[in-house]
Amino acid sequence: MKLLPMLLAGVTLAFSAITAQAEVRFGIMNESYPPFFAKDASGQWQGWEIDLMNAVCGEMKEQCSIVELSWDGLIPALQSKKFDVIWSSMSNTPERSKVIDFTDKYYNTPSTLIGPKDEKVGASAEDVKGKTIGIQVSTIQSDYFKKYFAGVADEKTYQTLDEAFQDLAAGRIDYVFGDSLALDAFLKSDSGKDCCAKAGDVADDKEILGAGVSGGLRKEDTELKVKLNAAIAAVRASGKYDEITKKYFDFDIYGAK
Amino acid sequence: MTFTWMASYWPLLLAGAAQTVLLLAISVVAGFAIAIGLAFAQVSGGPLVRYFARGYCTFFRGTPLLIQLWLLYYGVGSLLPMIPGIRQSLFWPMLREGFFFAAVSFTLNYAAYEAEVLRGALLAVPKGELEAGRAFGMSRFTLTRRIWLPRAIRIALPTIGGEIVMQLKATPLAFTVTVMDLYAVASKVRQDTLLVYEPLIVVTVFYLILTATIARVFRQLEAKVPVRR
Amino acid sequence: MAATQGILELLSPYPPGWGGTLLVGAVSTIAISAGAFLIGLLLGTGGALGKLSGNRPLRLVLDLYTTAIRAIPELILIVGLYYAGMDGLNRLLATFRLPVIEVNGFIVAVAVLGFVQGAYMTEVLRGAILAIPAGEIEAAKAFGMGPQLRFRRIILPALLPNALPGLANLWMSITKDSALVAVVGYQELALATRLAGASTKHYFIFFLAAALLYLAITLVSNVVFSLIERHVRRGQPKPV
Repeated sequence: MKLLPMLLAGVTLAFSAITAQAEVRFGIMNESYPPFFAKDASGQWQGWEIDLMNAVCGEMKEQCSIVELSWDGLIPALQSKKFDVIWSSMSNTPERSKVIDFTDKYYNTPSTLIGPKDEKVGASAEDVKGKTIGIQVSTIQSDYFKKYFAGVADEKTYQTLDEAFQDLAAGRIDYVFGDSLALDAFLKSDSGKDCCAKAGDVADDKEILGAGVSGGLRKEDTELKVKLNAAIAAVRASGKYDEITKKYFDFDIYGAK
Repeated sequence: MTFTWMASYWPLLLAGAAQTVLLLAISVVAGFAIAIGLAFAQVSGGPLVRYFARGYCTFFRGTPLLIQLWLLYYGVGSLLPMIPGIRQSLFWPMLREGFFFAAVSFTLNYAAYEAEVLRGALLAVPKGELEAGRAFGMSRFTLTRRIWLPRAIRIALPTIGGEIVMQLKATPLAFTVTVMDLYAVASKVRQDTLLVYEPLIVVTVFYLILTATIARVFRQLEAKVPVRR
Repeated sequence: MAATQGILELLSPYPPGWGGTLLVGAVSTIAISAGAFLIGLLLGTGGALGKLSGNRPLRLVLDLYTTAIRAIPELILIVGLYYAGMDGLNRLLATFRLPVIEVNGFIVAVAVLGFVQGAYMTEVLRGAILAIPAGEIEAAKAFGMGPQLRFRRIILPALLPNALPGLANLWMSITKDSALVAVVGYQELALATRLAGASTKHYFIFFLAAALLYLAITLVSNVVFSLIERHVRRGQPKPV
């Protein structure tokens, strides 16, 4: 069977032909998460986080590419070296820090609840009693829910925040719990304007809601971490950070130190 | 490999298994009923009925279950609020839940595949038995009820067992529409503990047990009604 | 009229219409299905010949392979293999001190789907080979044909007509299973549709369009396979 070894060799060659070049690969969730990242109709990635990524890459003078994956696959894929940096609005939490490392934060915003427009809504445990809250899977908001709302309200998990928005607009759930800016972007959109309004920010809990959004790294990539932190600091110092932020928001999203 | 998390997630795993089995049972039973109708429509119906049944089967067998599920949950679901008064109706608690849409979607899909199997089985029943029935003066309905359908089901039994196993393997898709089935529980455990493989392994064992149970039940059913050659 | 105008705009192949994204997704679906089909065929042929070779340990391993894959839900297989596959392969290479390879999502999706289909193909091809009249193979052996010549000139042409219906069914199921890689974030037609729906909030239209695209793939495949079957069955007596 001389055919089999030949085929095996050919396949291996094909694989090695695609060996990584010296570039930094950024892993992003392959879903719409405006205004941070979303794909437009021509398949191009756009958004605040994409612009920041390009600026950071410019500072590091590296070739950067994007690898798309599902949200709950980001950490396992990072560990199996499918890409080098998680750059998908992932917060630095103690739980996640047990398995991966994080760069310095690049933004920090509160977590918010939104609910239907004409009903009495609020963001405390009292207000959500007996209601159904839609949350994206594997997020700091779902951890927060477990600690503060688990006994009083019901949780519905979604693979993406967008599906939660759909269900809120359709009336299937009473609240959506997520990052304030992502929720704001929905409220400004056509379907969000008609149906829903902001209920309020939840009380902060540093341990669960984390110290801000950072890039995720493998624990052994200390060199890359140093380079990324330097680049992030440079982008902030040079004013490029504010320039990018102005395009999307009217306030600084870096958050208190 | 750590399995210590199982101590606290036991009840959730069982609840997830219950949801999976419930989805399977509903879709198989309701789907089978619809399939009987579709199969007869294709075998002995008029041209209009036949084309409708053909079209139904082609659509549901030619498109992925995932798309059918999303079409129902997100597509139809986004159109529902346009119906006035729907949130106040008594159907709303059911329409709020993903389970309803998953059950309906799986039922419709299963019916299409089962209809094909039954159609072949109906055609495989020896003509002599049907003629004998008619010679006895049985009406068409009695003939169908006492000879045609039971014989067809017996002929199709092994394939039906296989189809039910395939349906079980399709149920994990329900997790994409917020149903807390067995796979969704594994997903939740992976999220809470950041373990990648262990929850999948445990859940796989559950599915294997369910598969083996179904296979055994069907072997016993087949043994109960022997086929005389 | 305004409604149909809106629908046509949404589905247009040129941005800002999302039709282009959907079509690219459809091509992606066909590409990974074709790749997976080929890999499945290779694995299936090897598996079928292995099972029939009489080698006990090989048969046991192959039995385990086919039984496990056919009993475990595809979603779990795809999610598990997508992360485990590359991880395991890289660790294997590391132990042999070979360079670690990093491959893109396309190859991993194709490899995973192909690995799963290989199990089903093994059974189809094994059944097809068993259906070849033993006399033909014995005659070939009597003529002194070596195993490769036998395979190329007797077994392969004879198993094709037997295997074709099964292979056609497997092709159908690959094109539909390819939608499952949407769950790991690989962009084929199902995920492209969800992105389009999420951006425009017109879920129903896009999912319907996706369903019709899959249906088109299925119907065209049906035609292609019946043409192939007619060609392969030429010269054989037609069943009355």
